[in-house]
Amino acid sequence: MNIVNILEEIEKVDGEIYERLNPRRAAMKSFFNVGKKISLAAVPLALSSMFQKAYGQTTLPAAVVDVLNFALSLEYLEYHFYNHCIVGKTPGSAVTDVTFNFPNAASQAAITTIRDHEKAHVDLLVTTLGSAARAPIAYADTDFRAGGTFSTVYSDYNTFLAVAQGFEDTGVRAYKGQAGNLLVSPGILQVALQIHSVEARHASHIRQMRTAASGGSPVYKPWVSLGASGQANDSGVPQVDAVYAGEDLTVQAGANIVGIGGNAGITKAAAVESFDEPLDKASVVSIANLFLQPGKKL
Amino acid sequence: MTMKNNELETKNELQEKSLFDKTVGRRSFLQYAGAGAAGIALVAAGCKKDRGYENPTMNGGATLDFKDDFGVLNYAYALEQLEAAFYVKVASAPPSSFTAAQKAYFQDIQFHEIAHREFFKAALSTAAIGSLEVDFSSIDFTSASSVLATAMAFEDLGVSAYNGAGSRIKNATYLLLAGKIVSVEARHAAYVRDLISNGTFADLNSLTSLGADNAKGLDAALTPDKVLAVAGKYIKTKINVINL
Repeated sequence: MNIVNILEEIEKVDGEIYERLNPRRAAMKSFFNVGKKISLAAVPLALSSMFQKAYGQTTLPAAVVDVLNFALSLEYLEYHFYNHCIVGKTPGSAVTDVTFNFPNAASQAAITTIRDHEKAHVDLLVTTLGSAARAPIAYADTDFRAGGTFSTVYSDYNTFLAVAQGFEDTGVRAYKGQAGNLLVSPGILQVALQIHSVEARHASHIRQMRTAASGGSPVYKPWVSLGASGQANDSGVPQVDAVYAGEDLTVQAGANIVGIGGNAGITKAAAVESFDEPLDKASVVSIANLFLQPGKKL
Repeated sequence: MTMKNNELETKNELQEKSLFDKTVGRRSFLQYAGAGAAGIALVAAGCKKDRGYENPTMNGGATLDFKDDFGVLNYAYALEQLEAAFYVKVASAPPSSFTAAQKAYFQDIQFHEIAHREFFKAALSTAAIGSLEVDFSSIDFTSASSVLATAMAFEDLGVSAYNGAGSRIKNATYLLLAGKIVSVEARHAAYVRDLISNGTFADLNSLTSLGADNAKGLDAALTPDKVLAVAGKYIKTKINVINL
């Protein structure tokens, strides 16, 4: 174990690691001195206590803890949504309610990839939050049939993908909406941004899976466009209108994007596609709550 | 110049707010740029514009001064210029093997990148760097594999650039605007990757050199110097980076 390497790795995502550990670096020095004296076996324990001091609840601002726990709730939901499907498709599984068939191996592999990322996000957020992490959400706490709104979510592949698209596009909007609250913690802000764009990649692929499943009619663009009747929701699923509310914005920071710079090709649809919009916490919570059991809602 | 700087010092706090109100005039711009000898390139570009030159090509290079949000936004503007120039060329004459759907989506992406470029240009107003000269001599625009490989490189690099620069932004409004754009770039990246090899939309292991971490489910993130070192191959204009 090379302590300096570990610190350098952390420094890549948290430029303030040394300040966190000790503003005057005296403790660092004393730590290294202790490290020389104590047995190698004790080093991991000493390291763990050092990081707990640096990243424990006391050093994360309350607003940052709130954002990360909010994100963690969403990641738990996404993880269980995909995991239940993949577990249900595993031969001999006790999960028997996933009755649709994937059209090919690639589609199941893609859902597995996405599931694995969501699990990694859950683990990362739990580790980062430490003792401040919210209580875990179990599959039993969820209701992906949304009280019957999506009763066929695990029996109809198209419904499953439609809900998946809703989750991914919501995730992108939720992280975007919270970025400003993380300005106080640059290292954590960057991690959140790195999760945010992974969710956008997922959304892009799920949209392509939907187009493949429809045989190309209708087409779901990889980016958020305008709906067929010019509405903000381009998913073709009116039940998820709330996921796309405000996505049809065409003015950014006072600049009208339609036809900007004399480019007639930038239509309203192109302007909408060019910028993804954030979603405020309350709106995201009400969407997430559709998929949580009574008593387990956010 | 010195006199003007002194005269404008009281307007300091108005400057940040006014960036996106598009009311940054030449005077406050001079105050921003005149903060040191390093700002001379920017002043020169600004002065040219004041004399009525549209889109001056920067023979003396472009300076990205990361001391404040203007530098980060100009950095994004530079990358969007590069992406837009590439897709304009692809969309105007796509590789013959492109399907109708691919042509349509590359047309879409072209307009997204133009919109991003024009947005930054309008928002930065006189603080914007000029037009970059690109070098696409290494790209075979008749070859689908060359075009797709370049598109993937640009999109993944763009994602890494925004992710790596976000925490340098001080103002929440600008951060949000960068966030609105980066997820669109990530959607592009996933689309292009799937065209090259279906299922690689978020192959984070292949993005390790751009700062991604598959075990943590984290996308690419690179500091501006590293991004510009990669992008430099496609940019003729000399880009000076200061205060990084």
